[in-house]
Amino acid sequence: MQHYGCRQPLNSKEEENPPTCMERSPTQLCCRLARDVTGISKMPAVSKGDGMRGLAVFISDIRNCKSKEAEVKRINKELANIRSKFKGDKALDGYSKKKYVCKLLFIFLLGHDIDFGHMEAVNLLSSNKYTEKQIGYLFISVLVNSNSDLISLINNGIKNDLASRNPTFMNLALHCIANVGSREMAEAFASQIPSILVAGDTMDSVKQSAALCLLRLNRTSPDLVPMGEWTARVVHLLNDQHLGVVTAAASLITTLAQKSPEDFKTSISLAVARLSRIVTSASIDLQDYTYYFVAAPWLSVKLLRLLQCYPPPEDAALRSRLTECLETILNKAQEPPKSKKVQHSNAKNAVLFEAIALIIHHDSEPTLLVRACNQLGQFLQHRETNLRYLALESMCTLASSEFSHEAVKTHIDTVINALKTERDVSVRQRAVDLLYAMCDRSNAKQIVAEMLSYLENADYSIREEMVLKVAILAEKYAVDYTWYVDTILNLIRIAGDYVSEEVWYRVIQIVINQDDVQGYAAKTVFEALQAPACHENLVKVGGYILGEFGNLIAGDSRSSPLVQFNLLHSKFHLCSVPTRALLLSAYIKFINLFPEVKATIQDVLRSDSQLRNADVELQQRAIEYLRLSCIASTDILATVLEEMPPFPERESSILAKLKKKKGPGNLPDIDDTRWNVNGSAEHSEDTESTNKVTPHHPFTDLLNLNSTPSAGASLLVDVLSDISTPAPITVSEDNFSRFVCKNNGVIYEDQLLQIGLKAEYRQNLGRIYVFYGNKTSTQFLSFSSSVTSSDTLKTHILSTAVDPTVDGGAQLQQVVNIECLSDFTDAPVLDIQFRYGGTLQKIAVKLPVMLNKFFQPTEMTSQDFFQRWKQLGVPQQEVQTIFKAQHPMDTDVTNAKILGFGVALLIGVDPNPANFVGAGVIHTKNTQVGCLLRLEPNTQAQMYRLTLRTSRESVSQRLCDLLSDQF
Amino acid sequence: MCSFECLFRQGKLRLQKWYVPLSDKEKKKITRELVQTVLARKPKMCSFLEWRDLKVVYKRYASLYFCCAIEDQDNELITLEIIHRYVELLDKYFGSVCELDIIFNFEKAYFILDEFLLGGEAQETSKKNVLKAIEQADLLQEVRHLMKSMWGR
Repeated sequence: MQHYGCRQPLNSKEEENPPTCMERSPTQLCCRLARDVTGISKMPAVSKGDGMRGLAVFISDIRNCKSKEAEVKRINKELANIRSKFKGDKALDGYSKKKYVCKLLFIFLLGHDIDFGHMEAVNLLSSNKYTEKQIGYLFISVLVNSNSDLISLINNGIKNDLASRNPTFMNLALHCIANVGSREMAEAFASQIPSILVAGDTMDSVKQSAALCLLRLNRTSPDLVPMGEWTARVVHLLNDQHLGVVTAAASLITTLAQKSPEDFKTSISLAVARLSRIVTSASIDLQDYTYYFVAAPWLSVKLLRLLQCYPPPEDAALRSRLTECLETILNKAQEPPKSKKVQHSNAKNAVLFEAIALIIHHDSEPTLLVRACNQLGQFLQHRETNLRYLALESMCTLASSEFSHEAVKTHIDTVINALKTERDVSVRQRAVDLLYAMCDRSNAKQIVAEMLSYLENADYSIREEMVLKVAILAEKYAVDYTWYVDTILNLIRIAGDYVSEEVWYRVIQIVINQDDVQGYAAKTVFEALQAPACHENLVKVGGYILGEFGNLIAGDSRSSPLVQFNLLHSKFHLCSVPTRALLLSAYIKFINLFPEVKATIQDVLRSDSQLRNADVELQQRAIEYLRLSCIASTDILATVLEEMPPFPERESSILAKLKKKKGPGNLPDIDDTRWNVNGSAEHSEDTESTNKVTPHHPFTDLLNLNSTPSAGASLLVDVLSDISTPAPITVSEDNFSRFVCKNNGVIYEDQLLQIGLKAEYRQNLGRIYVFYGNKTSTQFLSFSSSVTSSDTLKTHILSTAVDPTVDGGAQLQQVVNIECLSDFTDAPVLDIQFRYGGTLQKIAVKLPVMLNKFFQPTEMTSQDFFQRWKQLGVPQQEVQTIFKAQHPMDTDVTNAKILGFGVALLIGVDPNPANFVGAGVIHTKNTQVGCLLRLEPNTQAQMYRLTLRTSRESVSQRLCDLLSDQF
Repeated sequence: MCSFECLFRQGKLRLQKWYVPLSDKEKKKITRELVQTVLARKPKMCSFLEWRDLKVVYKRYASLYFCCAIEDQDNELITLEIIHRYVELLDKYFGSVCELDIIFNFEKAYFILDEFLLGGEAQETSKKNVLKAIEQADLLQEVRHLMKSMWGR
């Protein structure tokens, strides 16, 4: 095993900085060096207290092991030895017990498992020798997780020490509680510690331990820490004479104030007073609490943190006193440093950054905000990387304040320079974030251009996020859409691999909706496609846009229809299957647009590589498009397209949202464009044709943009027209209707996340298992989810994800319980949030909980059925609808769907055997609703008639709506 | 609040202290990942990095890295000085501390840390007070030690 020269004094070679903390006498250093040179003893000369010789020998042995195997061997030997000692007949004395426990601890810290010795460690707790007790506590603090059946013994030891009134013992016990912080300990001691903390006769050091011990318990088991009379007294610890007590108490009060600000409001004035005394003190006043000429930096930071739990003080005097403090801190930053040591500037700036954080939190004093911004501006050019990093980070939050936004903007050149010259990627990342935050209409072009040029050499780790940011900024601040189109195409050219589907979907959506940019877009993609090597995403956009708007540039002989087609087709063989499929659709559009290239395209479609393509989707498209072009003349082709039935409800939620925001007038009028331009109107019709020929295939989504709006997309959607409002999320309901007749499947899927469901229902109760699958190789962070539902439906997430992270490729499961109180229409919505690559993703999915899920099937005879049918004869009780079949009319499939709907399928009830009849009862908490249904197919007309009769009008209507969608 | 702290060098973890409850398996995974991340950093890079949903503050002393993971709203610079103060404490206690001291007296390194940081928060920032507490404990040990030798054991 390798050995390192670890005798180097840690402080002497502190990176970047000269020896800093201790002034060493020459003799001391010499001794040290002499020891290092002789290297005789591998044990350090300094052994404080009573060294455990056996332990030191053992550690030396381990360090002398030449291989991992030798180490394991030595450890096993030692473990066997210790085990036999512990099991032996001879009672061990305290010293030996301590030594062996300490050896076990060392072995554990080397990374080996330890499964015994806990009992001996617990025994040490009751020793009255401090050093034995101490080792016992250390062992328990480090290893207690793995063995908790001794908890009552441990608690007993702690209890004795807490009651001992010996401050050193009490501290050991409190440290142990704070280190372990388990629920059992909270149960045993949470009520006792507050009284130790506020008792008048408690020693200062014990108060400090008690305060932080209570903080730990409050974090792990807040319900067990009783609030009460002590809380008022704990606030006054901020006034304590002993700064150590104030330091510890400040942390505790901050944590408590975050949870219940009202109860700790009195801490504001005390904190301001204390802070004021510190910042105005001559640093020597505070003696040992002065750190490198900075007065009590840790306490100052904690007090400033505490004040961030509250709005600016209402009391004018208090408020001006605080402002004074903050001004003093800002002033001090301008003073020449009192020491050249980095510790001095770090401590000073730590307080300064916390003060700035408070100023930003208050966001009420324009002068302070601007001063803070100027100070950070100075740091942007500081030679310390740490300060530049923090300044960029802090400025990001300043950029969002209306008072300082303009001031932040003045630093744009420095930030751009940072992006270009910083050698540390994490600093560059901060620069990107800041540019994004400071971007507005006035500087968008400059910032987007800079980000694009940086993207060419950007680190792989931040490219994806940058692409999204550029896309959002380009769209948000686009004044003319030609700039937008240029930007996105550049984006694809520079970082095509990192351009997610949403980004290129989006550019197409915008081009389709903005008719003034269509010609320009066609020209630009045509030119971009000329490049010998272009990214597949560009081919997708190119194929799509030329297929739609190629005619707008066909007048130029350099971009004649044939040239356009040849250009697209030259990329064909390099592309993946989905892109090829998209190109084939572009070709059939070309046939419609340009009759003169029909023969050429037909030849291509007819070739073996298309007609006999191994991929079934490509083959099918080639065959069908070829047939379509052969049978139909130009006119008939259009007629065929026109006769497709509309699919209004399948319209993209992104598009729908866009329409709502932009108003119908801004979208191209469908009737005008239908015949002359192959515009958006025909686009939707073509969609239907592909839908028809290739039903249920995901590729159709590529064409009609009906893709599930993913997080990225919803991020992009809203910024288009409305800048000021925070982006609301589109609720995904694309797969909703697929769940009417089934309970399992995938409800949502995008580039990052797949959500699968498995549901069970009994009477008025339901349980949904939700599976979140991370499709990426990167971790999702801060993952959280919640369900919102209407009053008629009670939903409850049973097992919240314990782990807020989802590893790449991993799956997370959650259980949602549902109780149906009365009949309902609105389904609950599942909101999901997580961070991916630094960006917050928000997804909302409509959970497929429909009224019919609470059906219990009811078998009945023909006679019963018709008798009840007649009973439910009031016009409001019946709802009937006639609709066209959307799927092939197959009896078995229909049977399965009706059963899946939840009712009993009654065979032989209807005189006409072709009809389907069902019965069931809807269970809600308040009532039960009987329900009869009848479905009459007409195969000739490809139509259905669906009739529902229930005792309640709203139920009939809802069930009819749900079921009529399924055939 | 500090979530956890660790000391390591190339391939060797010297000390770890956790202020959030995690299983041993998770701890091992986290330290492995973190050590790799930090070792991959070049000198002169900044001492802070975003890591999972935490911020990591690290500093190198000789060949030993001192690392602290803090929460999003915590102050990076003051954490850097927490690390430095801890090194100062070790230095003062051992008298020009080196890695061997921490290896052979690992229990002392833990005791000093407990006096200085508790529950992830600074408990006592005065160097004198922390060392006084530790020295008192040592005194208790030595008295016992003397007595033991008097009784001839």
